Amino acid sequence: MSGILELGIMLFHVMVVIIILFLVPIPFTWMERKVAGHIQQRLGPMRVGWHGVLQPLADGIKLLTKEDIIPDRADRLLFKIAPIISLVPPFAVFVAVPFADNLLLSDMNIGLLYILAVAGLGIYGVIFGGWASNSKYSLLGSIRSCAQLISYEIPMGFAVIGVMMLSQSMNLSDIVNAQADTWNIVYQPLGFFVFFIAGLAEAQRVPFDLAEAEGDLGAGYHTEYSGMRFSYFMISEYLVMLTISVLCVILFFGGWHGFLLPLPPLLWFTLKVGFFVYLFMWIRFTFPRYRYDQLMSIGWKVLFPLSLANILVTGFFIV
Amino acid sequence: MTEMTLLDKSPGNESPIKEILLNLGPQHPSTHGVLRLLLQMEGEKIEALDIIIGYLHRGNEKLAESFTYTQIIPLTDRLDYLCQPSNNLAYCLAVEKLLGIEAPERAQYIRVMMTELSRISGHLLISGALPMDLGAMTTLLYVMREREMIMDLMEMATGARMHSSYVRVGGIREDLPEGFTDRMLEFCRIFRARIVDYETLVDKNRMFLRRTRDIGVISAVDAIDWGLSGPCLRASGVDWDMRRDNPYEIYDRLQFDVIVRENGDCYDRWKCRMDEMRESVKMIEQCLAQMPKQGPVMVDMPQIAFPGDKGKVQASMESLIQQFQLSAYGFKVPAGETYVSIEAPKGELGFYIISDGSEKPFRMKIRAPSFVNLQVLYDLCKGYYLADVIAIVGSLDPVMKEVDK
Repeated sequence: MSGILELGIMLFHVMVVIIILFLVPIPFTWMERKVAGHIQQRLGPMRVGWHGVLQPLADGIKLLTKEDIIPDRADRLLFKIAPIISLVPPFAVFVAVPFADNLLLSDMNIGLLYILAVAGLGIYGVIFGGWASNSKYSLLGSIRSCAQLISYEIPMGFAVIGVMMLSQSMNLSDIVNAQADTWNIVYQPLGFFVFFIAGLAEAQRVPFDLAEAEGDLGAGYHTEYSGMRFSYFMISEYLVMLTISVLCVILFFGGWHGFLLPLPPLLWFTLKVGFFVYLFMWIRFTFPRYRYDQLMSIGWKVLFPLSLANILVTGFFIV
Repeated sequence: MTEMTLLDKSPGNESPIKEILLNLGPQHPSTHGVLRLLLQMEGEKIEALDIIIGYLHRGNEKLAESFTYTQIIPLTDRLDYLCQPSNNLAYCLAVEKLLGIEAPERAQYIRVMMTELSRISGHLLISGALPMDLGAMTTLLYVMREREMIMDLMEMATGARMHSSYVRVGGIREDLPEGFTDRMLEFCRIFRARIVDYETLVDKNRMFLRRTRDIGVISAVDAIDWGLSGPCLRASGVDWDMRRDNPYEIYDRLQFDVIVRENGDCYDRWKCRMDEMRESVKMIEQCLAQMPKQGPVMVDMPQIAFPGDKGKVQASMESLIQQFQLSAYGFKVPAGETYVSIEAPKGELGFYIISDGSEKPFRMKIRAPSFVNLQVLYDLCKGYYLADVIAIVGSLDPVMKEVDK
């Protein structure tokens, strides 16, 4: 009996997290458009609701009612499942994320490794989507994202090793608790730098949004997608952005630990994550994008050696 | 294009690597209109490309043969639609040369001032559009803000934002309205500061520099051989500007520097335009200072110019006949042929007109700078990446309406 109850409670928790995550893109799209507007000397959406707060809902209705177009000669099966493949991993990541003390679904010993591994799977959606569309623009977008993947995943993985060495754990709660006094950013500025830049690439945001580069590829891998399938890609992009922001906060900025103001831990966590999300948007509307060979050379020639040096220096100080 | 191998698929000529044939345009976010490129790529590296134009062809040159000389002015508006006064000016100078007349001094100053204003407008758009094609969207919206001010000034002086048809054979259509000078000076003051804004946003940005430096390089010799002109030529280090070297109107009375850069890459072409905008602001201010405060803005020749005072048309029979004759039949231009070119924002804009003595030109040929500049694209893009093609097209700054005429 208690087993069924436990299962029920667990399912309930999972549902709550999934629903919250599905709702996350709503404020994010609004925020992104507002941030874009104000950076670009415009107002952004103003018509639907107070200062356009209902704009994401209007967009959602529009996307739901759009015709779902599948191009001729597309690989229909892959074309249909690619958005879902792209959508699932960002959700799965949040199983291991501690939002506050003891506020998490599963306290894994290898939470960090799990997150990095699962988050990396999302790229398959992009690759399949571009491949299945049977369009050259989509295909080029996919090729670029493959090239991008191998360039940033390794520096990203290496960048967090410094954090693991400091907290002697891969459990995210332990990592946060180890930062109760001093945040990791103090000891690991270089690690954060590498992690954040690789994170920008992971989230496919400017300056590394080569896979969708609207300037040269139309819309890259999701050129041929429309309606809800397109919005799946958008939701997954926002969730990956959220994942990277959450990881930055947990690994380098003390998770739910605050300073000066005695705010509730969850609020501190949300504020910090919100700041990083804003940072992503700020960067998007300020910088141009790199060419894909330039991204690869940054990944291999700059980030990779830097992350190795970071491990070396950290190891030196710990010993 | 003898090196073009797109259609040459004879056996023995097949590459072991599978090439991609990519069709870029005519509807594409970064082709600045309806330019269509057929790219043959190995991966993302450009092996060969074909430029396909003509999607906006309206037969301006042929149309001109059945229009009177005044009716052609609106046609020239629609060449490089970002800088209409330049096009008007080049055409009117050619007709004036055939007629053997010259516009009054005040009209010349106003013409030059408006031309420089439109140069800023044209350069502004591309200075913002090039970073946007590379992903930095914000710059475009910044320049649009200033372009709006230019549009307002244009509307104030000419009554139209885009197709102003302001310059007429023998002068300009109307004198400047009251309060224009002050607003122009205010614009110059604001704009000076704003150029610095754009530069802070993009000029020192390493990503922008990496995307534009040493991309699409053309040497001075090649640039001359291909017939490049305007900023594209000066960016390669050729010190040639029609405004200084072959002055027309009152350019010889203005103090300005000709911006010349060395490398001939995308960045230099972009930067050249940025600096030229500063020079244009200088020129506008000098025009405003030197301009005679009073005086006619149209030649006093009833057979060419409309009666200056509209009230006269209702009051005097001669003026009414003059107005009717000019509107209905136009004016006759002595037989002969001429070529006049000016330094338009995109480069050397020339009009070649043959007159048979009637009201309509026998033949009109436009030397459109965008068209000539665009032909260098094949050489510039070869060996670079797909993403660079976008930067190169943007830095050449073709206006497709001018290319297709």
